[in-house]
Amino acid sequence: MSSMPRELGLDWRARGHSGWWAFALHRVSGVALTLFLPAHFYVLSRALTGAASLDAFLRWTDQPLVRASEIVLVFLLGAHLAGGLRLLFIEFRGWRAAWQPGLVATVIGVAAICALTFALNLTPHP
Amino acid sequence: MSAARREAYLWLASRASAAVLALCVVVHLATMIVAVRSGLSAADILGRTRGSTTWAVFYAVFVIAVAVHAPLGLRSVLSELVRRQGALLDWTMALLALVLLAGGLRAVFAVTIA
Repeated sequence: MSSMPRELGLDWRARGHSGWWAFALHRVSGVALTLFLPAHFYVLSRALTGAASLDAFLRWTDQPLVRASEIVLVFLLGAHLAGGLRLLFIEFRGWRAAWQPGLVATVIGVAAICALTFALNLTPHP
Repeated sequence: MSAARREAYLWLASRASAAVLALCVVVHLATMIVAVRSGLSAADILGRTRGSTTWAVFYAVFVIAVAVHAPLGLRSVLSELVRRQGALLDWTMALLALVLLAGGLRAVFAVTIA
């Protein structure tokens, strides 16, 4: 057993709880989406200088790594949406603690469905 | 205004903006998933949004809600990381809110009105 002080955040016992993973996913997705937003707004603003400018950027996003990043972002957006709804229902509707593992799994499922549907639609259709 | 009352108002603003964002994100996700089916192009995007008052109002509400919600969320994360709250953090987050609001509304203008 660790003798490290808990104040340093080194107590790992809470990590076995589904609520901690929901908390961590909500934090990580929220920070990532906040960092992404200025870039998203900048790209859309390129339409001010003409459709060609926006198109040039959209062609850049055809690269596999950029496509993969988009799918991750959609996963994070779906996770933050579902995780945020979970929080609102806990705070305002008093959803019970006993439901939490199922709710956390639902959050991840919703995010995965969003990301996979987006990924499938990204692939060219004959 | 007392610090406790101010925190209560900020908490309420965070939750109210979250409720608005929940609706906006559902619409945004659905639009994105459908839109990428035929491949993304400026003509497709602008063809859908240019001249549409509905999309302009929708995205303006989306931007305003996110400009409230994101800085408040980041404020919570940062205040827990540095274990303090203070004027510097509050002003930095207010600046972030302004940057998101200005950048977001500029983008909305670009794709719906310009």
